[in-house]
Amino acid sequence: MTIIAENPIKPVAAPSHVQQKVIASLNKRHRKEKLFRSLGLGAVLISLGLVAVLFINIFSKGLPAFWQSAVTLDIYFDPAIIKIPPKPVQQADESDNDFRQRDLSWQTEVGFINFNRLITDSLQKVLPDASKHRRDLTRMVTSGERFALRDMVVADPAIIGQTRTLHLLTDANIDVWLKGNIDRSLPDAQQQLSPKLREWADKLKAEGIIQNRFSLALFMNPDSRSSLASAGLAGAFMGSFYMMLVVILLAVPMGVAAAIYLEEFAPRNKLTDLVEVNINNLAAVPSIVFGLLGASVLIGWFNLPMSAPIVGGLVLSLMTLPTVIIATRSTLKAIPPSIRQAALGLGASKMQSIFHHVLPLAIPGILTGAILGVAQALGETAPLLLIGMKSFVASVPASPFEQASALPVQIYLWQGNELRNFFEARTSAAIIVLLLMMIGLNGLAIWLRKKYEKRW
Amino acid sequence: MKLNKLSNLLLASAIAMTASTAVHAQSRDTIQIAGSSTVLPFSSVVAEEFGNNFAQFRTPVVGSGGSSGGLRQFCQGVGASTIDIANSSRKIRPNEVEACKANGVKEIIEVKIGYDGIVFASRTDAAIFKLEPRHVFLAQAAQVPQNGKMVANPYTRWNQIDSSLPDQDILLAIPGSNHGTREVYEEKAVVPGCQTLAEVKAMEKDAAHQFCTAMRTDGRVVEIAGDYTETLARLTAQKDAIGVFGLSFYEANRDRIKVATMSGVEPNQDTIISGEYPVSRPLYIYVKGAHIGVIPGLQEYAQFHVSEAMSGFGSVLESAGLIPLSDEERAEMIQNIKQKKSL
Repeated sequence: MTIIAENPIKPVAAPSHVQQKVIASLNKRHRKEKLFRSLGLGAVLISLGLVAVLFINIFSKGLPAFWQSAVTLDIYFDPAIIKIPPKPVQQADESDNDFRQRDLSWQTEVGFINFNRLITDSLQKVLPDASKHRRDLTRMVTSGERFALRDMVVADPAIIGQTRTLHLLTDANIDVWLKGNIDRSLPDAQQQLSPKLREWADKLKAEGIIQNRFSLALFMNPDSRSSLASAGLAGAFMGSFYMMLVVILLAVPMGVAAAIYLEEFAPRNKLTDLVEVNINNLAAVPSIVFGLLGASVLIGWFNLPMSAPIVGGLVLSLMTLPTVIIATRSTLKAIPPSIRQAALGLGASKMQSIFHHVLPLAIPGILTGAILGVAQALGETAPLLLIGMKSFVASVPASPFEQASALPVQIYLWQGNELRNFFEARTSAAIIVLLLMMIGLNGLAIWLRKKYEKRW
Repeated sequence: MKLNKLSNLLLASAIAMTASTAVHAQSRDTIQIAGSSTVLPFSSVVAEEFGNNFAQFRTPVVGSGGSSGGLRQFCQGVGASTIDIANSSRKIRPNEVEACKANGVKEIIEVKIGYDGIVFASRTDAAIFKLEPRHVFLAQAAQVPQNGKMVANPYTRWNQIDSSLPDQDILLAIPGSNHGTREVYEEKAVVPGCQTLAEVKAMEKDAAHQFCTAMRTDGRVVEIAGDYTETLARLTAQKDAIGVFGLSFYEANRDRIKVATMSGVEPNQDTIISGEYPVSRPLYIYVKGAHIGVIPGLQEYAQFHVSEAMSGFGSVLESAGLIPLSDEERAEMIQNIKQKKSL
């Protein structure tokens, strides 16, 4: 374009045959270019639009679930209800085991106390007509909160006789009702709550006793089915955390070592060609195949526990390994040979040239590859379903050998929960948490690359 | 230098992990349960309460996979890498008991935990259905008798089957064969409906059963392998679809779906207990006898599951939708567990 404008064809002489042809085709070529550019721009816009639709959909559904209805009550730890012997103290001549037994039987005794009474008693103070509807009264606060009260007593028995102001989560259906996630105009027969409970919920909400509070339960609690409102992501988060730990400890060092060997030391022959082809094939194997392998080999032969993050981590390591190897090899390939030659020329051994000169330059690329591999493993679901991680686990795992769920699997489980009105939003909230972690990891990869990137 | 330290650390932790693997592979202190997705919500509630009430035991882990899947895992053998309890929404089959015994699972304790109804439900904005077992059979059959001959199922709309039914496309979403619900659906709705036909009464028993359970393959009957939420999604997408659900699922989603009556009876807890509503079934857990005393808390869990406090009238499980056992049945089940009465 610009060249033609700067050097206009002289009008004096008639355009030659060739020039005529060029001028005639010019418009056509420009049109083609315009069409291609607009197609490309269209493709970008459409994909951006789809991402926007996905994000808007998930965030509009999921964000409200980060806030949950909680009722603020003055709970009186009534000594008339909590009748327990004093908490056992370890005697000087008592063995640890004996003390543990005594402590456990004391805890069991505390467990027999009806902590719901504490909640209903204080609810009665804010709801004058409560005594006539005792059955409804017990359904106001989610059933898991009684264990929270029990744990407070177990942790510090001195609390008995005192009054504490607590924010207790309401039942999941009350949260659904107050958020308008169920059609309020439906007749009684189609409602989940009794008319009385609906009236109470609206009354307490209007008085400010029930408020929408940021839901710590979503982050602090493991999954729950008996107390749906307190179901949280803590167990799944720890499960995913342990799995990523295993992946980082196994797949990353192994992958980097394999890549360095293959790229720098291995001779070029048929065998290494075969290895290379197979690594590329491995990267293309569907992830569910690794799950089958984990189920039959790791659980079947090596007798590793089912539903445990260690097994999930091993399976995901296998899956991540080729990604790390391929990323590391391409990074190593991109380091200019002059670096190696300079080191060798100054008398460094091959090993020294690689570890002192090549590897430090390759670190940002290797880290990027490793983080992207880990992020991919974090979002992987299919292989985990086959090694028993689809199970319902109501505890937070304390080690990689204890049963756990994983974040993507938790999304799958919540998606299948019966109480759709409550769990549709909660599922989206879990997706948001997972997405934020993925974006964080990918952001870290980009930042590391930008920070340590060298241009030649 | 820095790199060396890092790699040493990684190596050390890798070794530590492998070492602890060896220790942990030997034993297991958490009860492992798998099976029916109908029983799963109930078992999960029991597992959670169990973990909360018994400080000395860990919270059991409950998996799904359908009754058949659970029983298959259950029968894989004895030992820490096999499950302790299979949840099932149908009775264990004789061939499954044999498979169990072949793999060394000799003590199978059958525990009935309660009852559940199966309901036919449609979207709340769809027409009202008053179904009979006969309608269900004629809607899903591969062949139906017409003028004394068996012809490929010609019905495409419900009112063609019976003029009392709405003028609506036939579209049934039924549980896949991995679900125990499927067997009950066939035994309690399809087969009884089929046997009302004079032509079928004339058939031999095996031939009749085969004829009754043969399903049309023109896309009007869809098998759902996943959970009830998948069936619900089908209903959301297709207004005319009728889905097969558990009663407890329907009760949690009453604002979205409505039930059809069966033989004039509306499904609810009362009509199922009294036996008026025909499509109901007992739910079971199968406990591996060889694991009692090995896996801590297994016997206690089974007893807790059928205890009055957990699954009686007014209990947590009842409010979750389980229909309680009668007092005699409950006493019998507790007795069976205590005596480790095997099948």
